[in-house]
Amino acid sequence: MLPLKTILESLNILILTTIISFFFLKPRIKLLVGCLSICIASLLTMVGAIQIFNAGTIEYFYPGSLLSGAIRIKADLLSAWFLAILAFSFAIGMWYGYHYLKQYLDNTTRLNIHLSAVLLSYASLIDICVIQNSLLFLVAWEIMALSTFLTVIFDSHKNQVLKAGIYYLIISHIGVLFLILGFIWLFSQTGTFDWVAIPMHVAQWPAYQIVILFIIFFVGFGIKAGFFPFHTWLPHAHPAAPAHISGLMSGVIIKIGIYGILRILLLINNQYTSIGYIIIVISAITGVYGVMLAIIQHNLKKLLAYHSIENIGIIGIGIGLGSIGLGINQPVLAYLGMGGALLHVWNHALFKSLLFYVSGNVYQSTHTVNVERLGGLIRTIPQSAWLFLIASIAISGLPPFNGFISEFLIYSGLFHGFTKDIYTLMFLLLFIIISLVVIGGLAVICFTKAFGIIFLGTPRDSKIQYQSNDSWYKNFPLIIIALSIVAIGILPSIVLIPLSRVVSLFTSDLEAVQYLTLTTPIQQVGWIAGLLILSILAMWLVKKLTQQQQNVRQHVTWGCGYTGNMQKMQYTASSFVRTYRKLAEPILLVHKKKEYPKEIYPKKIIHQTHADDHVEHLLVNKPTQAIRKLLNYFAFIQNGNIQLYILYGFVFLIVVILFPVIVTQLKVVLSYLNSITW
Amino acid sequence: MVSTILIVLVSLIFGGIIIRTKSILSGRKGPGMFQPMHDIIRLFRKGSVYSYTSSFITQIAPLVYFSSVVIATLFIPFGQQKGVFSFQGDFILFAYLLTVGKFMMIVAALDSGSSFEGMGASREVLFSALIEPAFFITMGSFTLLSGKISLAEIFANVHYNSHLSYFIGFLAAIILMLIAMVENSRMPVDDPKTHLELTMIHEVMILDYSGFDLGLILYTTYLKFAMYGALIANFFIGQLPLVQSIAVFLGIQVLFAIMIGIIESFMARFRMNHNPQYILILSSLSLLIFLGILMFLGKII
Repeated sequence: MLPLKTILESLNILILTTIISFFFLKPRIKLLVGCLSICIASLLTMVGAIQIFNAGTIEYFYPGSLLSGAIRIKADLLSAWFLAILAFSFAIGMWYGYHYLKQYLDNTTRLNIHLSAVLLSYASLIDICVIQNSLLFLVAWEIMALSTFLTVIFDSHKNQVLKAGIYYLIISHIGVLFLILGFIWLFSQTGTFDWVAIPMHVAQWPAYQIVILFIIFFVGFGIKAGFFPFHTWLPHAHPAAPAHISGLMSGVIIKIGIYGILRILLLINNQYTSIGYIIIVISAITGVYGVMLAIIQHNLKKLLAYHSIENIGIIGIGIGLGSIGLGINQPVLAYLGMGGALLHVWNHALFKSLLFYVSGNVYQSTHTVNVERLGGLIRTIPQSAWLFLIASIAISGLPPFNGFISEFLIYSGLFHGFTKDIYTLMFLLLFIIISLVVIGGLAVICFTKAFGIIFLGTPRDSKIQYQSNDSWYKNFPLIIIALSIVAIGILPSIVLIPLSRVVSLFTSDLEAVQYLTLTTPIQQVGWIAGLLILSILAMWLVKKLTQQQQNVRQHVTWGCGYTGNMQKMQYTASSFVRTYRKLAEPILLVHKKKEYPKEIYPKKIIHQTHADDHVEHLLVNKPTQAIRKLLNYFAFIQNGNIQLYILYGFVFLIVVILFPVIVTQLKVVLSYLNSITW
Repeated sequence: MVSTILIVLVSLIFGGIIIRTKSILSGRKGPGMFQPMHDIIRLFRKGSVYSYTSSFITQIAPLVYFSSVVIATLFIPFGQQKGVFSFQGDFILFAYLLTVGKFMMIVAALDSGSSFEGMGASREVLFSALIEPAFFITMGSFTLLSGKISLAEIFANVHYNSHLSYFIGFLAAIILMLIAMVENSRMPVDDPKTHLELTMIHEVMILDYSGFDLGLILYTTYLKFAMYGALIANFFIGQLPLVQSIAVFLGIQVLFAIMIGIIESFMARFRMNHNPQYILILSSLSLLIFLGILMFLGKII
């Protein structure tokens, strides 16, 4: 087998050569080469990940430069776990993207930039997972931030898309700012960019400093991951991006924030309890808030974006529980929490990307993703409908699919907490359990709405033309995802073995015993999920046999005597969630616009509801307005007069050149003032 | 295994007991005990009509609903005897299995494109989301009390040795009963016998079902009732020997059915917008259990 170093180097070189080759290729071939290159790179990554799993940890150095010092490349099991997710998702994503992008072959520049950006972001994501040097990490992170920005603004001729992209760019750079801050702090303490020095140094710090350091990194990575209250960019960026990119964004790119948080936890390796409290509380709020807003969204992609926030919350609850478990020395909690979180990262990458890809199919078939206007798509694109149904059940955390397995791990971790004599934790655990249950219940509302309104019933807007564009050929990558969703749901033990090894990074050697005692229930969950599917099939057979001799026919839907067109009388997305909206209105920011019928011959009546994000309003919009107001006072500087601009430059240069002189003069004056004795 | 057999047996007459109670209380002659089962068997023999609008979802939803409840009944222990499935955290799977069935029924209600069924679906999905915390808090409290996290072990370790523990057991039984009534769309929240689609929840969702499917759905409802009854009975069986516990089990089931009949005879349905509040009350009641158990363990006060 190839050594990891060769694999990673050849991967980066492959991607760079592909990008260069784009200048010489025809659009059609270019697209093929780009997608193939990602697939080969993914294969290489997979081989690498397997090697890491075999070896445990692989570590090597590059000499680096004078500035960065030696560059440590260290791939441990945590890296391998995320590498595997990245490889799988990107391969599937670009396979799907190939069919999606085929319509845009005529626009060469757009395609060039897009493909290069996807390739670059893949390479940078892979590098982020293995670099253990602050400076290089930040460089890779920045490449990732910029290239994903470019992938998002694929439809950059649309004003809204560009706006969303820039929003994402700015917010992700605020995240970078926090990361830089954290790494500078660490550098000033350890004197090296190498991460190997961090654990020892940090261990000697006072507790509050460690927590503050963690919070800085948590903000930095949390912005990427979409934790409350830093989630505001997700619902903007996801709908703007093309389907395959939103799938990748939501499936894997935001997970890199989770990777960062876990990595920092491993490096800090201290103060687990207080850090755990912070994570778990924020995550519970993130989860509930995300799903609460998701329900009232009518743009399918926005709805899914809010759902990503919810799932990040669930992952965070797992991580928080895990670190509390580590802090209070309860390995069962640590194992179940961390294990649940890590598995949920995988699971979410599967079902969320599937949902986004299907939303791409919906868009291609109807040219809208507005849930209100759709209906009855199951007859036009039946394959997509089934894929969406599987993913919906999985994302709601219901058996027999994979979402339940990871939630089950986290749930049993929380309930295990009740059986240990740790009464200070009880109320926290209860609060977390309630929020997890609420998340689950609300997710069901959200996805019955999404699936039921989009795919079932009859079309709600007759202006929309439906095109059937389902084909096995196009949906094949999606079917692979669906099969993995089912496979993890029924045979969770296939992922539990690698999972328990990753978790053992956090919990050291206690795992051998824990693993054996805890896999039995999880495997049993898998069997029962299988039994559920089998019994449904059996009942199907029974039904067919009984109905054979009976008169089975079709007729119109029962309409209480009304036999006219019921298309407009169906429940819509807003009416479906109306009761919920009424309940949740005090917490959410819902703008309503109503115009009631007046006079004898009423004109057009309007009823609009529009859900906004409270947090965004408070944390982003208002400060932006304030800053704008402040900066307006300096608007006179920008007056379009070239002579004045040259003067500014001149003044600036003089100040810069004279700066040392001025400083020395000031020193002289100061020392003179000091020397005066009154 | 014992519990599953008993649950199936009880489910056959559960609906009958409710109907008998109601007819006696309203002074009617009323149908016999086995009428609901006769109806269901009759439905199994009838043909079916499917809407033009409906898709495959409508066809499989009742099967998923039925299968999920049947598998959920396999989790119920019986006194000292474990259920067919028993493992750490089984009640989580139990609750989520029931949700799968509901998920499919709700989606199927939207499948017919009817103007009524969406209404039922919208209400059902909200109410079942709101009811879920109550069950989990109750189970969480009992894990706290017993130190175990599987249904069988929890019930085997519930000991009644003080006034407070009786109170807790009683309250838990009441909460489970109210949960069962909400989950099965019975009186204070939903009215199964109304003729007005606008006020119904569960019944309006299955308007377009007929024949085999309708029979299956109706039977599943009784099965679900008997299953919750069995859960409640487990609070009282404790360490009784088998024969006695079967008697207690049957007694509690009958009592449960009669109580439902009484409630339905003397109570009116809530206004639809009062339902969420009522359902949330159940969650706060279950929080009382949690606090009670903390007190019982001497951890607070």
